This record gives sequence, C-alpha cells and structure tokens, in this order.
Amino acid sequence: MLWLLFFLVTAIHAELCQPDAENAFKVRLSLRTALGDKAYAWDTNEEYLFKAMVAFSMRRVPNREATEISHVLLCNVTQRVSFWFVVTDPSRNHTLPAVEVQSAIRMNRNRINNAFFLNDQTLEFLRIPSTLAPPTDPSVPIWIIIFGVVFCIVIVATMLLILSGIRQRRRSASLEFLQISGTRESLTSLGASCLTSCLHGAPTSNL
Amino acid sequence: MDEARPLWATPLQFVFACISYAVGLGNVWRFPYLCQMYGGGSFLVPYIIMLAVEGMPLLYLELAVGQRMRQGSIGAWRTISPYLSGVGVASVVVSFFLSMYYNVINAWAFWYLFHSFQDPLPWSVCPLNGNRTGYDEECEKASSTQYFWYRKTLNISPSIQESGAVQWEPALCLILAWLLVYLCILRGTESTGKMEQLANPKAWINAATQIFFSLGLGFGSLIAFASYNEPSNDCQKHTVIVSIINSSTSIFASVVTFSIYGFKATFNYESCLNKVILLLTNSFDLEDGFLTVSNLEEVKSYLASAYPSKYSEVFPQIKNCSLESELETAVQGTGLAFIVYTEAIKNMEVSQLWSVLYFFMLLMLGIGSMLGNTAAILTPLTDSKVISSYLPKEAISGLVCLVNCAIGLVFTMEAGNYWFDIFNDYAATLSLLLIVLVETVAVCYLYGLRRFESDLKAMTGHALNWYWKAMWGGVSPLLIISLFVFYLSDYIITGTLQYQAWDASQGQLVTKDYPPYALAIIGLLVASSTMCIPLGALGTFIVRHLKRGDTASVA
Repeated sequence: MLWLLFFLVTAIHAELCQPDAENAFKVRLSLRTALGDKAYAWDTNEEYLFKAMVAFSMRRVPNREATEISHVLLCNVTQRVSFWFVVTDPSRNHTLPAVEVQSAIRMNRNRINNAFFLNDQTLEFLRIPSTLAPPTDPSVPIWIIIFGVVFCIVIVATMLLILSGIRQRRRSASLEFLQISGTRESLTSLGASCLTSCLHGAPTSNL
Repeated sequence: MDEARPLWATPLQFVFACISYAVGLGNVWRFPYLCQMYGGGSFLVPYIIMLAVEGMPLLYLELAVGQRMRQGSIGAWRTISPYLSGVGVASVVVSFFLSMYYNVINAWAFWYLFHSFQDPLPWSVCPLNGNRTGYDEECEKASSTQYFWYRKTLNISPSIQESGAVQWEPALCLILAWLLVYLCILRGTESTGKMEQLANPKAWINAATQIFFSLGLGFGSLIAFASYNEPSNDCQKHTVIVSIINSSTSIFASVVTFSIYGFKATFNYESCLNKVILLLTNSFDLEDGFLTVSNLEEVKSYLASAYPSKYSEVFPQIKNCSLESELETAVQGTGLAFIVYTEAIKNMEVSQLWSVLYFFMLLMLGIGSMLGNTAAILTPLTDSKVISSYLPKEAISGLVCLVNCAIGLVFTMEAGNYWFDIFNDYAATLSLLLIVLVETVAVCYLYGLRRFESDLKAMTGHALNWYWKAMWGGVSPLLIISLFVFYLSDYIITGTLQYQAWDASQGQLVTKDYPPYALAIIGLLVASSTMCIPLGALGTFIVRHLKRGDTASVA
C-alpha cells in the first residue's frame, strides 16, 4: 500500500516535472567556465540549495508566501550541468504559472547568482531573459567635452594668428607711409630753399 | 617674375613638406591591400619598376617645372605655353574636388579620436535594445565595429536616393577639421597631402597607378611647393629622397597592417571555435569543459554517429571555422581604417591608448595631405594679381576653407558616404592621368626638352642625366597613355556602375545600381576637369585670333 502511494506520488511528480512540461524551466550551469579549478561538484546538496533559493524567490511574491522547498521539483539532471524544474502549489497537483515563476526569478536573480558564485551567463535560466545592465551614460557625452576643448584651442590660435598678421601689415604700411611722406617733405623743402636762394642769391644753410 | 616670393627657410623644410604630402592615407590603406591581392612580396617587383620608370621621372618633372617657373600651376603652364593655361586650371579643379571630400576622412578620424577616451570603447560593445533583454538587432547581425561605423558614425541610409538630413555630430567634426586646416595654411603653405585609388585586376596596372597617385602627381601641389624653392635648389636629389621615403612608408605600413590582420584573424578564429564548442555542449548537455579545441573534431564525428537526428538539427548552426578564410578578408579604404583596425584594437590590452595613437596618426596623415591640397588651390589664387589685390591672403584662405566646408556638409548627410565613394573613385582618376600626360608632352615637345634642359642647368648648375630625358621623352608618356586607355575601356566595358549599400535589416553590404542622376554627376565630375584643357587652349586661340584681327584692322 505504502509502495503504491510512493509510486503514485513519484509518478505525479514525474509528470509535473518533465522536459518541456507546462510551466517547467530549464536551467544550465557552467561551473568550470565560471570557476575553473575552484569549481565545486554538483551534488544533491547543491540541488537542495537551488530548491531553497527558488522557494525563497517565490515566497517574496504576494500570495505565495507559503511556498516550501518541497514544492520545488527538479528532474533530468545531466552532466552539463543542466536540469528542469517546476514549482507546485501547496496541493502538489498543479504547477504554478510560468509568468509568476519568471517574474519571481528575475527579481531575485542577483541573490540566486551569488549563492552559487555564478553570474547571468554561467547560470542560465532558459526562457527567463535577464535584464542587461545599461551602460553608464554620463549626462554630457565625453566626446563633446574633448571636442569643445580642441575646438576652443584651434579658434584661439587662429584668432591670434589673424590678429598678429593684421598688426604686422599695419606696421609695415605705416613704415612705408612715413618713408614716402618723409621723402616728399624733404623734396618740398629742397625746392623751396632752392627757389629762395635762386631768387635772393643767398646760400641756404639747410641743405 | 615675383621678386618678393616667399621661400622655404631651408631645403629640408621643402623635403619635409613634399614627404608629408606624399605620405598619406593611401600608404596605410591602399598599398597593403594591393600587396595582399597581388601575391604579397612579389607585388614589390612591379611596384619598384614602376617607381623607377614612372614615379620618379614624373615627380622630378613637376618639381623642376615648379622651381623653374616659380609660380603655381596655372601661371607655370601659362608661361610654358599660353595654350596650356587649361592644364593649370584642370589641376586646380581636381584639387578642389579632392579637398571637398578628403577632409571628411579627417572629420571621421576626429570623431573616433574623441570617442577613444571611454571605457569600454564604444565600438567594442553593442548597445541594448528597447526592453533591455538583449542587444540591438542590427548590431547582432553585423558586428559591433560595423554597427558603430555604419549607424553611430555615418547613420547611413539604405540607398543613395534617400539623402536624409545633415548629421550634426560629423558636421561639427568636419567644421573642426576645416578650422584646423585653415589654422595651418593661414600664414603660408608649408605642408602636404596625398591621395589614393580605385581598383582593378592587373598587378602592373595597379602598381603603376599606385605609384602615380601615391606621389600626388598632377594636382599642382608639387608645382606649388617647388615654386617656393631657391632656383639653385637641387631638386633631383630631393625627388629621389621623397619617392624612396614614400615607398618605404608604404612597405612599412604593409608590415604593420599584415600583423594587425593576423591578430584579428587569430582572435576571430578562436572565438568562432569557442562558439561552436558552446553550441555543442549546450545541445548535447555534455560536461562543461569536456569539449576543447583539440578534441573538437573527434567529438563531432562521435556525436554525428551516436545521435544522428539531433546532430542534423544542430548542424546548420555549426560554422566551419577556418583561419585561412579569416586571413583572406582583404579590405581597403575606409573599411580597413575604421572597421578592421578598430576591431583589432578593441581586443588589445589598454585599447584606449592604442585607439588614441592610431587615430592621431590617421589625423596627421590626413591633415598633411589636406595641406598639400589646399596649397595647390591657394598658390594660383594668391599668385593672380587680380584676386590678391582685392583680398589679403588670410581672407582668400578663409574663403576657400568656408566654401569647401559648406559643400563638404553634403558628405555628412545620411547618404553622404555613398557620395564620398563617388568622389573618391571618380573625381580624380582619369583627369589626373590626362593632366600629367599633357604636362609631360608639353614640357618635352611644346616647350622643348633641350630648352628645359638648358634652363635647369642654368638654374641648378647640374647637367640633366640621360635617364630623366629618356623617361620624360618616351617611356613615361607611353605608360600613361596605356593606363589611360586601359581605364577608359574598363569603364566602358563594365557598363552600369554599381555601389555597395548598407542594408540595416541584414547587417551587411548589398550591391545596388547608381540612379541616373548619380551617373550624370560622375560624368560631370570627370568632364569638368578634363574639359578645362581643351577649353583653355580654345579660349587662348580665340583671344589671340581676335587680337590679331583687331591689330590687322587697325593697321
């Protein structure tokens, strides 16, 4: 009688937890990739911890605070390590809807990862996409800052060169003007003194 | 002649200017590609022969003409023969086209340079999609470097017809690039530039072409530079120096480029293998770490025999990773500089440092070439009495930069890269060949080789070597004619021209035909520079005829 009950229970459990069963999720761990030499062996104790973490995540969902570790069923554990799991309700006849399990796992993903020293890539829940961390966006993009610096330097240098060019040209223009006007002055004074000396016949002292 | 013509402070400054002009982006992204396509080291044979037979003689010719006539390209050719004023104008027009689109490359280099100061480098990771559950679709299909180039930098449209709006970020970088060029040419043209080429099958054709364009012949830049030389300058020695340094830089750049290719190929090959390993491990639930690179093949055959149905399901997704196929990807041009190199850099340690150094180098090469180009445009303008009497030198430079910048904004539109490719492929190639051919024939047969020889002897004090005379008189013109005929027939035979457009949905390039108006613009580009030569001759002929008619009627 007891054996019959046992078989019945395991049969029901077996039906509830099967690959591709309704509301079942596949989990895949890559221990050697994540931890290398420090990888631990995946045994029944680790499975117990996993069930505990899933039960913990479900208990944080409103209306599911009564979830126990025994409600979480694991099956088809492979060498990979990968396995399927479902979460049943207290009556153990039905599985909880996939949506609820999904949201519960997503909200506590970090805690679950840390319990096993893994991350989103090495502890994969297939069909439960993880929220990727957005890249840190500074308020002002960095490239604009550097662009602004270089731009200002170039503008200042250009202004300096243009202004110095204008100043040089003005200086040389005024020098030329002085030379020309100087020559004209000396020529007129020469002509005037020549005229007076010619008219008066007296020597001029300025020449 | 202009007595107050500015001179280079030392001959060394002139040599550096020429080197800076000749060594440009083509040395980095065109020559290594040609080496790879035409048999690696054996490409050096046609290259060096063409250098000796075509490159050096034509370079010497341009430098000698500039040094003898002491004017920019328009004035120099008008002095040789009034019917040749069109040649100078054609050179200026081609230089104008080049400067319009070439500075866009510097704008892109600035863009990448400014983005190199981030961790992680923006082209090494894909951005997330809308609901943050995965990466952006276009980025997944292509690669993160391609995504950054086509989407973030260019924001390219699917075809040349859809122009889109001017993108403000590359436009800002373009304005900065032009400001930098203006700053450098403001006071005087002491810098240089270069250009690179289109593709074709024969190795010799390509060697000839590469040498030709690598030295920047026909733009008038070399004439402009040489016109600021002392008449007694030994430009023969400088010719040899400049061409040898230019070629050595190309060869050195190939060595670097090939090592970058090797690094990238190895890295991609290893990540391809790792992806296959992960795929098999997950599909068959094998133990993590069991599959390695060494036992991959045996395990694959074991799995194929043990689980045939499951294996055939997974089989289409298993890529055949091959180091040879990774090495065979030969790329040239902007694809090499901005996609392949950035992909290699993102995988190096301290990638920000390498990225900054690399784009700084690209900028130096590009700005050096731009300065030579603008010299080709500015020297004839400042030489002309009409223009320089109205405006000071700073204003002329400013105006040229402003006009070029305004037109260059076309290349920052969404379809801008397609127009860039049009200009890059067609604006200068045929026209330059024709210009240099006319130059060589004019100096040898119109001006007279003996007359030129005695001019040079009087100027520099050395007699002209028989080698140069032989090349100028016979070999080089024949070579240019054959190149010209080859390219012309190639264009005609190919029929409609096609271009590569980026397809965002597939994440790769697709081939499309040019629309009619783009073909018309290509024709216009080629015609506007080549027609200057006959039109100039015709104009001078008409003016002379009218003058003779006037004097005849007066007398």
